[in-house]
Amino acid sequence: MTVIRPPPAAPPSAAVFVVRGVTKVYRTGEVEVRALRGIDLDLHAGEFVVLLGPSGSGKSTLLNILGGLDVPTSGTVRFRDHDLTREDEAALTRYRREHVGFVFQFYNLMPSLTARENVAVVTDIAAAPLAPEEALRLVGLGDRMDNFPAQLSGGEQQRVAIARSIAKRPDVLLCDEPTGALDVKTGITVLEVIERINRELGTTTVIITHNAVIAGMADRVITLSDGRIASSYRNAARIAAQSLVW
Amino acid sequence: MTALQTKLIRDLAYLRTQAVAIALVIGCGVATFVMSVSVLRSLERTRDRYYDDFRFAQLFVQVKRAPRGLAERLAEIPGVAAVQTRVVAELSLDLDDMAEAAVGRMVSIPDFGEPALNRLHLRRGRMPDPERRGEVLVNEAFALAHRLEPGDRLRALLNGRREELTVVGVALSPEYIYQIRAGDLFPDDRRFGVFWMRERPLAAAFDLTEAFNDASFALMHGAVEPEVIRRIDDLLAPYGGLGAVGRADQVSHRYVSDELAQLRAMASVPPAIFLLVAAFVLNVVLNRVIATQREQIAALKAFGYTPAELGWHFGQLALLIVLAGVAIGAAVGGWLGGGLAEMYGRFFRFARMDYRLDPAVVLLAGGFSVLAGAFGVTAALWRVMRLPAAEAMRPEAPARYRVTWLERTGLLRRLSQVMRMAVRQIERHPLRAALSTLGVALGVAVMILGSFTRDVVNYIIDFQFGAVQHYDYTITLYEPAAPDALPALARLPGVLRAEPYRAVPVRLAHGRRTHRAGLLGLAEDRELLQLRDTAERVVAVPADGLLLSEALARLLDVRRGDVLQVQVLEGSRPVRSLAVTDTLRDFSGLSAYMDLAALNRFMREGRLLSGAFLRIDPAAEARLHARLKATPRVAGASSQHAALRGFQDTLSENLLRMRLFNVAFAGIIAFGVVYNAARITLSERARELATLRVIGLTRAEVSGTLLGEVALLTLAALPLGLGLGRLLAGLAVKALETETQRFPLVVASSTYAAAAVTVLAAALVSGLVVRRRIDGLDLVAVLKSRD
Repeated sequence: MTVIRPPPAAPPSAAVFVVRGVTKVYRTGEVEVRALRGIDLDLHAGEFVVLLGPSGSGKSTLLNILGGLDVPTSGTVRFRDHDLTREDEAALTRYRREHVGFVFQFYNLMPSLTARENVAVVTDIAAAPLAPEEALRLVGLGDRMDNFPAQLSGGEQQRVAIARSIAKRPDVLLCDEPTGALDVKTGITVLEVIERINRELGTTTVIITHNAVIAGMADRVITLSDGRIASSYRNAARIAAQSLVW
Repeated sequence: MTALQTKLIRDLAYLRTQAVAIALVIGCGVATFVMSVSVLRSLERTRDRYYDDFRFAQLFVQVKRAPRGLAERLAEIPGVAAVQTRVVAELSLDLDDMAEAAVGRMVSIPDFGEPALNRLHLRRGRMPDPERRGEVLVNEAFALAHRLEPGDRLRALLNGRREELTVVGVALSPEYIYQIRAGDLFPDDRRFGVFWMRERPLAAAFDLTEAFNDASFALMHGAVEPEVIRRIDDLLAPYGGLGAVGRADQVSHRYVSDELAQLRAMASVPPAIFLLVAAFVLNVVLNRVIATQREQIAALKAFGYTPAELGWHFGQLALLIVLAGVAIGAAVGGWLGGGLAEMYGRFFRFARMDYRLDPAVVLLAGGFSVLAGAFGVTAALWRVMRLPAAEAMRPEAPARYRVTWLERTGLLRRLSQVMRMAVRQIERHPLRAALSTLGVALGVAVMILGSFTRDVVNYIIDFQFGAVQHYDYTITLYEPAAPDALPALARLPGVLRAEPYRAVPVRLAHGRRTHRAGLLGLAEDRELLQLRDTAERVVAVPADGLLLSEALARLLDVRRGDVLQVQVLEGSRPVRSLAVTDTLRDFSGLSAYMDLAALNRFMREGRLLSGAFLRIDPAAEARLHARLKATPRVAGASSQHAALRGFQDTLSENLLRMRLFNVAFAGIIAFGVVYNAARITLSERARELATLRVIGLTRAEVSGTLLGEVALLTLAALPLGLGLGRLLAGLAVKALETETQRFPLVVASSTYAAAAVTVLAAALVSGLVVRRRIDGLDLVAVLKSRD
């Protein structure tokens, strides 16, 4: 087991996200789903956070709210000086465009575009992006740039998705079950990439998973249950991704 | 190029067959629009310029004989800008290349210089020399039909006297763009021609020296036409004036205007149908594209693409398809327009046909197409823009199916599982299924709309020559003759039966409405002309009363039993009131009929006949013509059968071409709709179909479930399409209706059948194309993919 560095005793810097009293209620027909029931949370610059919890615990809802894809029913979410709960659709779009990188469980690549072009989808609209080639080399796909998604393995596709999300040099990287569709070996490769991005680019990183093993690589592990934070703890030491076993 | 643009192009390439099918449907709409509007504009421009350049008159009047000095008084009528008096006379021609005599109309031109109105465009040769006897110009249509060239000589009968004419030139006149005799159903350039001669020799031949029997007028701006007509008629009444008419009643002008009205109708309905169908198919395809790209859209939103950027991205997909359609349509429409203009050039003789593909027309077509496309895709684009990104991350919930009402009725209890799936699929998207059915039905309808006119023409021909007209020839005498002329005609070689008629020009008045017409007196004992009422039953000519053609009754707003004032415009110009006993189905114009004896009593000129209808023995036709040519009292012998044959020859070639395009257009619509419907169903159900294959169904069985749905839609579309086709044909008939002409709505079973077969074939082809895709389904890949 490789320990990367000792856990910080205190937050490494000021909070990037400040979440207070956030609830989220969905209505589907006559059924009311209370996805979040009051979340308070601070996330700090460069922090690596793993959100654990069973299906329906509210992880994805929280991630979507942090990413500006959704707005809470009540409560406040601040990203630096943005109040995400008060922003309109256009402002949220701008926020996503400028600050957030997403990695999805099912990659969500454009099947009609090559790896390089998929990354370019993001670099086209970013202010000071990495070159797509550079982003792809960063995830170890320098030699597969002209392949279409259908010509790539699941792990490679997820690495393209990661390259795409980091190419704009986002302030936060939000990953929803990035290894959920992958086998162990490939999953670890993908986690290594995320780990490297967090370390080398200092990107605040949040990973949702219900694979508890992944929690070992985090600075902080937050467990959600039934729309609430059930527990939160700091790892004494982060375990390198390549040492994970599940 | 941005990555999103690259995606756009790849998406388009992936959808290519569907995109091409939609673009072709749009292309059909644009092509028909561009073709008809550019030909319409070209014809209008050509005609208007021709009228201006050659000073086409605005009023026309015939008179028995008026002194030339009257011209000055006519010119003094307020509102009259110019007068041209003329001598116009009928002549008969004995041509080497034709057994029967041809009929000519000889129009005078001033002895020196050009006519003030209705100027001539000299195509070849020179103007006639007033000092030389018998020099004439011949109308181009007749010259072409007989290959006449300057220097050719013709044997003619002018006012009963033999005369040799020399063609010195070939000319065109704005008065005879369409060379047809009033009352004829078809033009006949071989048997009817217009000639021009200097006034002095022509007037001398017809005893009209220092006189005229025809005048044309140009009006000043702001002149009130009915008022000018009234004054002209007052002035000419003592000299046997037949009543002035405006351009609207001038034969050539009316035919050209009717044709333009027809083009105007063609420019609206069919393009609208094509564009509507295209809008619908675009809607279906784009919705499907968006459904399959749901997660991509969500991801793009997550990366910070704005709703507007994404709306524009998918909007461009539709726009590119539409623009491709516009480009195809503009090219095809321009080309077809050229062909159509050339065809019109064969019927209409202009000095110069000025056909142009107007960029403005293409732009307009493009505008309409983009609008139609926008209409089709706005809702879909709105969905893209509103799609909540967080929700779209998750795959779409499985579609809800239920037991269909059709099944609940128990009708489908024996249905195989495969057909059951097809039925449920249709019921799951009832609106889409309904619109697909409508789309295919419109394909059927468009084909019917495009080809039913042939049925109408055939019907009119059958009616006219099968039910009404049982004679072979109409003999016209120079002057009304005593009853003994009839036995003389009956004794001509080959004549099986001869029946007399008397024709007089009249003005009919009903309340404030008046109209000029020919009044035909018919013998009581009649076989050769059977008049038929609007229900096509034979009607007898009343002993005292009038029968009116439908068109004339409409113009005068007359119903059965109404009383008309009838003024004869020749002889002693008697006037009397007559009741209308019935109206007649008559496609050949504005005629009134009465009993021959009653007409003769009315005229108070004794028992006279203007001519006769002849039924002949075809074997003796040549001898009959030879004798007729040698009979000075006979002004002409016309046969509409012969005219019909010539007309059909000209028409059939054009009709064949039109039919080919109709088949193509209908096929394209049907293919566009059916292919896209099948592809979309395939895309939605690929997993399901692959699963069926995996669990052991054969390819044929699996294709059956999908093609079964397509087949159900197509079969439902056929009766709907036939009904819609008839409806559209009815609308077209209404649109083509003019004051003087109304067409019956006739659609032959063969037309219905052809439309149904064409669309079925197109559906079958699209089914087969899709089937190849089903056969090629990659079972494992389909099952692995999440969508």
